[in-house]
Amino acid sequence: MSRSRSESGRDADPLRPSDHIDGADEADAVGSVDEKDAASAVTSPRLGPLGWARWAWRQLTSMRTALILLLLLAIAAVPGSIVPQRTADPNGVTQYQTDHPDLFPILDKLQLFDVYSSAWFSAIYLLLFISLIGCVIPRLKHHWKAMRALPPRTPARLSRLDDHRAATLTLADGVDATTAAADAIDAAERMLRGARYRVHRYDGRGSYSVSAERGYLRETGNLLFHIALVGVLIAVGVGGAFTYTGQRVIVQGTTFVNQLQDYSSFNPGRFVDGNALDPFSLTLDKFDVTYTPASDTGAGQAGDFVAHLTTKTEGGSAQQDEVRVNHPLEVAGDRVYLMGNGYAPTIIVRDSAGKVIYNESVPFLPQDNNMTSLGVVKIPDGLPQQLGLVGFFYPTMQPLTTGAFSSVYPDLIYPVLTLNVYAGDLGINDGTPRSVYTLDPTGMTQLTGGTTGVNSLELMPGQTAKLPNDWGTVTFVNEADPSASTLVTGSLDASKTMQAVGTDYSASVKRFVSLSIHHDASSVWVLVFAGLAVAGLLAALFVPRRRMWVRVTPKDGALRLEYAGLARGEDPAIAVAVTQLAERHAKSVAKAAKTAPQASTDASDAPAGDDATPGEAHNGRA
Amino acid sequence: MPSTGFSLDSASVMLVWTAIAIYALAFIAYTIDLSRRSVAAIDAKDAATEDVRELVGVGAATASSSASSRGSVETIDQVRARQERAAEALTARGSRRDRPVWARIGTTLTWLGFLFHLAADVTRGIASGRVPWSNMYEFALTGTLLIVAVYLAVLFRYDLRFLGSFITGLIVLLMGGSAVAFYREITPLADPLKSVWLVVHVFVASLATALFALAFALSVLQLMQIRRERRALAAAEAGTAGAKTGPGFLRLLPSAENLESLAYRFAIIGFIFWTFTLIAGSIWANDAWGRYWGFDTKEVWTFVIWVLYAGYIHARATRGWRGTRSAWLSIVGFAAVMFNFTIVNMFFKGLHAYSGLTTGGS
Repeated sequence: MSRSRSESGRDADPLRPSDHIDGADEADAVGSVDEKDAASAVTSPRLGPLGWARWAWRQLTSMRTALILLLLLAIAAVPGSIVPQRTADPNGVTQYQTDHPDLFPILDKLQLFDVYSSAWFSAIYLLLFISLIGCVIPRLKHHWKAMRALPPRTPARLSRLDDHRAATLTLADGVDATTAAADAIDAAERMLRGARYRVHRYDGRGSYSVSAERGYLRETGNLLFHIALVGVLIAVGVGGAFTYTGQRVIVQGTTFVNQLQDYSSFNPGRFVDGNALDPFSLTLDKFDVTYTPASDTGAGQAGDFVAHLTTKTEGGSAQQDEVRVNHPLEVAGDRVYLMGNGYAPTIIVRDSAGKVIYNESVPFLPQDNNMTSLGVVKIPDGLPQQLGLVGFFYPTMQPLTTGAFSSVYPDLIYPVLTLNVYAGDLGINDGTPRSVYTLDPTGMTQLTGGTTGVNSLELMPGQTAKLPNDWGTVTFVNEADPSASTLVTGSLDASKTMQAVGTDYSASVKRFVSLSIHHDASSVWVLVFAGLAVAGLLAALFVPRRRMWVRVTPKDGALRLEYAGLARGEDPAIAVAVTQLAERHAKSVAKAAKTAPQASTDASDAPAGDDATPGEAHNGRA
Repeated sequence: MPSTGFSLDSASVMLVWTAIAIYALAFIAYTIDLSRRSVAAIDAKDAATEDVRELVGVGAATASSSASSRGSVETIDQVRARQERAAEALTARGSRRDRPVWARIGTTLTWLGFLFHLAADVTRGIASGRVPWSNMYEFALTGTLLIVAVYLAVLFRYDLRFLGSFITGLIVLLMGGSAVAFYREITPLADPLKSVWLVVHVFVASLATALFALAFALSVLQLMQIRRERRALAAAEAGTAGAKTGPGFLRLLPSAENLESLAYRFAIIGFIFWTFTLIAGSIWANDAWGRYWGFDTKEVWTFVIWVLYAGYIHARATRGWRGTRSAWLSIVGFAAVMFNFTIVNMFFKGLHAYSGLTTGGS
């Protein structure tokens, strides 16, 4: 890269904050007509409120402040990866509270569980964006003017620039030097225009010159990048207010309707009307999953999850659709994601008279990779007391050496359901909201399992067991053969185990899926702005902005050809560009004049001592 | 197919260890090269001093040479001339390049190691029937492969063989460490990873990492060179003979400013790739998890790294921050990349739980 600082001091284009490396020096700003610069001059005697405001604004929009804010942003983001966050990991936060009861309130006060919406994190990024906007607006104005301005006048001494070349061309006798010079500069102009430079001629004072500039796209890209970032922030912020997400568990064969009361949880943005959701319905027809066979590495690993749904939009006909991981389903502008799955054993409870008082497929939540699942059945009415059943479901049950059951494979090879029966008060009579997935045993008596001395009810699909106290029966329905019902007593014994081997249980238990339904119209805009930011970044980092000058001076039957280039910003190739231009142009001129150029003076010959500006910093070259 | 898969995978493991051994040899060769450069630098300095002494001896000393005759202190002009030569050597191509024998051995070995490494990666991919970067071990394998590939590709353009011992050393450590600690047998791809974005997102992230690694190495050298230049300048001004200015090989390397400019060029390309990683990751997250951004731990660190390198690019353009400070930012940035790959993957809880290091999680 190469750059002349004496040049950039005089004329700051593209406009940058004052502490930009290519920006105007503070000292140069003194005596400038620009009021803003004058305000920062060391000599200003006293600042009024407006002056202080200007000073503060200038500080905020300086490169240094932006840089510090950027680094602060990086540092401030880190705690959110160390401490669990309420948005990303709510269970982790609860766990943290249990594990560190003393530390928790302090960290919570510091908003460390909501880092990314905390006051201090927001302050940093908002200041950063204000700084960015304050920096970009004046640059926009300046760049708008610069794009319409003519390339600058050719400097008097091109040899003062870092990258310059010169050559002398002796003309044949009888050739008019002035005409040849004019032709030569026309050729240079064409050449530069062909290389997509904006060109302007500055002839006069006995010489012909062309001034050219290219790479305005660099600053355009830079501005575009920064504006696009603001766009991303706005799209995220505004979009969030119109976004909603909701979760719902659907058991095979049942239907979900997109309305508020059908969701098990619903998080609307600020401007979402929960009563005016797009009506559509989803029915789970089938859920497919494949498990890696027990003989392979990664045995039991689940994959290829597919939920087959029938969707129906308002006024539309029913349609068969699929939801897979990574392939959400689009329905009526919403996206439906497959978040989880599990078994939903159908349980029928009859009273002592044989009347059905409960008949439902209950989603059992998976507890491990082999789908050991936990579920709860609550029966408030129809029996002598309120009844709670806490059930474990083992798709492939195998007893441990301790006698406890476990599941050894996630598919339905040897499915067993065990139920612990609780009787008493379910605690739902007073309207207290209770989770359907947990049972609060307070106020209830355990009748089977645990320390009661009575075995848990143990059922395989198609089997029925008696409730304690002869209150009735519980049936674990075999979906493949819903009418089958064998009455069993006590534990599963070896003979029944033998019986089960060879029986195909693969369709004996229903599945459920948990779906997440999202509405987010802003994500497209975020993507558009992100794409613009990348485009801007590419231009800002890789398009070289440079000025080129060519001057031809006719003198005593010869032409003196001078070339110089000036990089505006990072430009590792400027020296090569100047050399190539000089070589190509000198060759074409020589061809036109049918003579050969004399040995050209090398660019590296140092500027004469009287050329050096006092105080000019030494500038190395890459 | 488990039997063929097993044998292909074990072949892959053999190739990995062969590649590591070859890289280790390359590292040794490059290190010998650096030490020989140190010797060469001292010889050159002594020779220069001898010349000056001879001139002084015949009484032909000019004002400038008498200044340098006060011991083995180089004049500023000598330093500049050497820097010019180093800068030219940096961009010299083909036959115009220096041909230091140990560096050539190092590069040849690196190429050989690369071929074994590539074979190891490809066989692992074939054995698993998918792209070989879907757990920690495979990601390390492919990531290091790309670091070597980028280094070797850059050698065509710039003579960066002085980075050879850093690159091969880093590769030996990362590959060896991964092969020992992260190796896992091939398991089927977890459902969330079955996406075209696995190919794009992870590959581009590895590429960015490779470029950041080069920028990091250059920034470290830049800091060393800045220190040496400062000391050399002080010594030249004070006229003190034989002042220690740091490792000798630095004397034959490009100037700090050249190193910085080169580091910047790698870092900005890396930054573009990283930006793309971030966006591709968001698109994937929007398909897989139902949101494009959720401040998952890995997302946080990707963001932190992006901001650090954005800071680096701004620092390069801020008065008072160019040079030492921006070099430190490049170093901190790469440290964050390494932290993100190792510590965050292994110990931080989050959705990017595909390291394969823990059983469980689906």
